[in-house]
Amino acid sequence: LIYCYRKPKTKRAKRFLEKREPKLNENTKNAMLIKGGNANLTVTEVLKDIYAVKKPFAVVYKRKNITRPFEDQTSLEFFSKKSDCSLFLFGSHNKKRPNNLIIGRMFDYHVLDMIELGVENFVSLKDIKNSKCPEGTKPMLIFAGDMFDVNEEYRRLKSLLIDFFRGPTVPSIRLAGLEYVLHFTAVDGKIYMRSYKVLLKKSGCKIPRIELEEMGPSLDLVMRRTHLASDDLYKLSLKQPKGLKPKKKKNISHDVFGTTYGRIHMQKQDLSKLQTRKMKGLKKRPAEKSAEDGGATPKKSKSA
Amino acid sequence: MAAVRVEAVLAAAEEQEAEKRRSITVEKELELEYDLGNLLAVDRNPPPAAALRGAGPRREALLQALARDNTQLLMSRLWELPAERAGGAGGPLVAQLPEPTFRLPREKPPPKPRPPTRWEQFARLKGIRRKKKTSLVWDEQAKEWRRRWGYRRAGGDPSRAWLAEVPAGADPEEDQFARLRREKRERVARNELNRLRNLARAHRAGSAVPAAPLHPTGHQDRDELRRVARVARVSTASLGRFQPRLPKESAEPPSRSGGKKRRFEPLLGNLAAERSRQLELLRDMGSKKPVLDITRAVNKQLRQEEAEAAAANKGKKQSKRGKRGRRQQRPGRSGKKNGTRRQPQQQKPAGGGIGGR
Repeated sequence: LIYCYRKPKTKRAKRFLEKREPKLNENTKNAMLIKGGNANLTVTEVLKDIYAVKKPFAVVYKRKNITRPFEDQTSLEFFSKKSDCSLFLFGSHNKKRPNNLIIGRMFDYHVLDMIELGVENFVSLKDIKNSKCPEGTKPMLIFAGDMFDVNEEYRRLKSLLIDFFRGPTVPSIRLAGLEYVLHFTAVDGKIYMRSYKVLLKKSGCKIPRIELEEMGPSLDLVMRRTHLASDDLYKLSLKQPKGLKPKKKKNISHDVFGTTYGRIHMQKQDLSKLQTRKMKGLKKRPAEKSAEDGGATPKKSKSA
Repeated sequence: MAAVRVEAVLAAAEEQEAEKRRSITVEKELELEYDLGNLLAVDRNPPPAAALRGAGPRREALLQALARDNTQLLMSRLWELPAERAGGAGGPLVAQLPEPTFRLPREKPPPKPRPPTRWEQFARLKGIRRKKKTSLVWDEQAKEWRRRWGYRRAGGDPSRAWLAEVPAGADPEEDQFARLRREKRERVARNELNRLRNLARAHRAGSAVPAAPLHPTGHQDRDELRRVARVARVSTASLGRFQPRLPKESAEPPSRSGGKKRRFEPLLGNLAAERSRQLELLRDMGSKKPVLDITRAVNKQLRQEEAEAAAANKGKKQSKRGKRGRRQQRPGRSGKKNGTRRQPQQQKPAGGGIGGR
């Protein structure tokens, strides 16, 4: 809005532009789910299920888009700019790469990272017949396996998956509403993604015992190609502005026992003129006062 | 005897506690890493690869067991957070989540502060501050509070003004309504021009010295690319003399000053001009009176004073100083132009005396 050559003429347009401009505290990232030129049923089902998980922070493009993200990224960047989405999931299918999913994110409407995953086993939401949790639940994310730390590509994939499924950042959360958990296991070159519904059972103490029930989409993924951002671009995207750092509170200190101490800086006080409590008995009687004053200056009389 | 009993009691109590907690304890080799702000847990233990290799329901059961353990650990941490009952005693239990610690890349780069506009710079120099205006003004005609501008403004709709006074010195044949309309158009155009100029200035200021050579995400404009290409061409050992050129690029080497030429006179040219210039220089150096451009000096001093005053009297009222400053500066405002022209005129008679020897 600051660098707009065409100023918005209505308040609605202004609000629209303000929502999309760079801010200190950013909006929740939106995801766009796109079908490639030859998407098959499996891939379409995957996209629909992911949309159900990510509602309302996702948009599904109904029509097929004949593009190849790894060769040409302009189409994706155009879509990202139009719909203000910084995450995308592109599904396609061909003989060489069956059931292909490209998961990626953008920085400043340009592609930052892209990872191509192959779907081997897919169990949809519809196939598992049990109760589901409400739409828009913030999921708990669990990553198991040492591959997610050892391998650089897996580390980026973990960061991408967290970014994708995280949902809005909230200051507080209702404990009974923690119903959805997404579990990613990296074993043997494969990544198993499973979603469970959490059931809280009584245990002896305050913290409940957890029982899981398989619910939502479950995918077996294999990592194929990757297009990761260069180190300096990645560092640039991670840079947080200074305004986000919490302001230090001055003159407050805490000690080991948890007591809070505050410091007040006072000016020099004249202790003789200090206002103390009034003791009625010590009050000067008028006779004593006049005796003390002695040669007191008489009141100036006004000339008539 | 008593000590043994106390120990036994304590041990029994501990066992009871452990028994209670058995349903929620999970044994793990390595501790998980938690990021409660993101509801995230990372388990670094290598999963049982051999067991998970075989497909089918066994694998699913193993995965579910692993997930259950990890979820239990995460939930224990979450339930240990400070929680309170939202909305009174009967409300749901709500926990305060800490800030997320896992660093994720931003969606867009952080916003850059825009450089001040020409007016903002001037106002800062003079110490002019914004006067807060009320949003509603009392309209005498309508006897109610109306907006200052916009729909149904105080003072009526200016486009439906039925009376336009002819000002004192104006041509009686002129169409006043047309004049008002023209002036409004001119005002709007001038404002738009100034806004675009400020924008261009801000844009230029932003890309004056690119710290990193080129913005990595492709937001490069033609001038920046040209500048960077020029720097790249010249940074060879032979200073770009043998670099291949594109078919339509200019053949001669581009000047380092970037087009701003400074002309130097040829060494053995106009002898008379050279002599007169040297003599003038000597005269200025030898004269007793200092050569001073009064108006320029006065302006400089005034500006300095104003800037200091504006910086010092930040809290106090600025109106008096502003009026005084403006009154003093008016005669000297075009001092730069007058001063440079005045000087040769003043000194010529004296120069003629010396030069005519």
